[in-house]
Amino acid sequence: MNFDLAITLFSCHYTSQQSCAEDGKELEQLGFPDSINLVRVPCTGKLQMTTLLKAFEDGADGVYVVGCPADGCHNVKGSIRAAKRVDAVRAALEELGVEGERVQMYHLPRGLHPEFVAKAKEMDSRIRNLGQGPFSN
Amino acid sequence: MIVAERKPMGEIIEMVQDCKKVLVLACRGCVTVCSAGGEREAEILSSLIRLGMKKAGKSIEVSTESLVRQCDREYIDEIDQWKDDYDAVVSTACGVGVNFISNLKKDTMVYPALNTTFFGGSAEQGEWTEQCAGCGDCVLHLTGGLCPVARCAKSLMNGPCGGSVDGRCEIHKDVECIWQSIHDRLGSFDRSAQMEVIAPIRDWSSAGHGGPRKVVRDDLTV
Repeated sequence: MNFDLAITLFSCHYTSQQSCAEDGKELEQLGFPDSINLVRVPCTGKLQMTTLLKAFEDGADGVYVVGCPADGCHNVKGSIRAAKRVDAVRAALEELGVEGERVQMYHLPRGLHPEFVAKAKEMDSRIRNLGQGPFSN
Repeated sequence: MIVAERKPMGEIIEMVQDCKKVLVLACRGCVTVCSAGGEREAEILSSLIRLGMKKAGKSIEVSTESLVRQCDREYIDEIDQWKDDYDAVVSTACGVGVNFISNLKKDTMVYPALNTTFFGGSAEQGEWTEQCAGCGDCVLHLTGGLCPVARCAKSLMNGPCGGSVDGRCEIHKDVECIWQSIHDRLGSFDRSAQMEVIAPIRDWSSAGHGGPRKVVRDDLTV
């Protein structure tokens, strides 16, 4: 399905270190989808529901959060808090009749790992299959 | 505090579907404490209304403000400063707030964003339980400080009933039998004899069964 996909990724500082490697070129070289707008945050636990919803208001077809492993968050419970808020946003989207899969949470190891790019490709594929979102600009 | 929960978004979107601009009005009282209708929840609701209307192909302006409380005249009067900014107010206060706006602002259409549920407290983060029924004739001095009106499924005044098993209520094993707890607590203060005293038939007129209730304090009226 061809359309201009817009996905917003909120990633914690620690799990998105690949975005800094090679002056930011490494992700591109590894095939990180260009549909994804990466927003780095100090800790995903700081993300509020309003931040995730605002991304949809700004036209995102999908939104996802990448934080530390649930049992290994640098800020102890930050990524668990983020996951709870992602769940709450998913429930709210479903109340509006929107596919809950448009918002996701991933817990990934910190540092440079292939999973960061793999999950980006997974999210790109998931949203592409769902089609353009109802809030798309 | 008064505990409430947000209404389903489908209901709220239905309320505002003909509006061009709405004011989502938070309350910084009880509903802030129970995370249902404070400033944060009002911002979330505003965003959801915008998204819901966009999905329906309609445009709407949604602004978000808050009042210290929505259950006092002096705070309700503050709404006037935003009167040109909305067709309707969506209040995230409890039902008292919605009623107060309706009582005092004849030209303002106000919709409830919450279902007001009970008087309760939070012993665990993110969890609230009913503790008081506002019955107007408190018996807590006789029951070890534990309320049989709010916390007994049958509001029995002489409990426990035959459905009490191992300290749990027959309606659900997760619900404590408050009369068992009353018995245990009175016993811990060597006041078990209180359980032998038969409570008389209760006059429920103070509980709202005699119509809407009112409190007047002459010492406070001028």
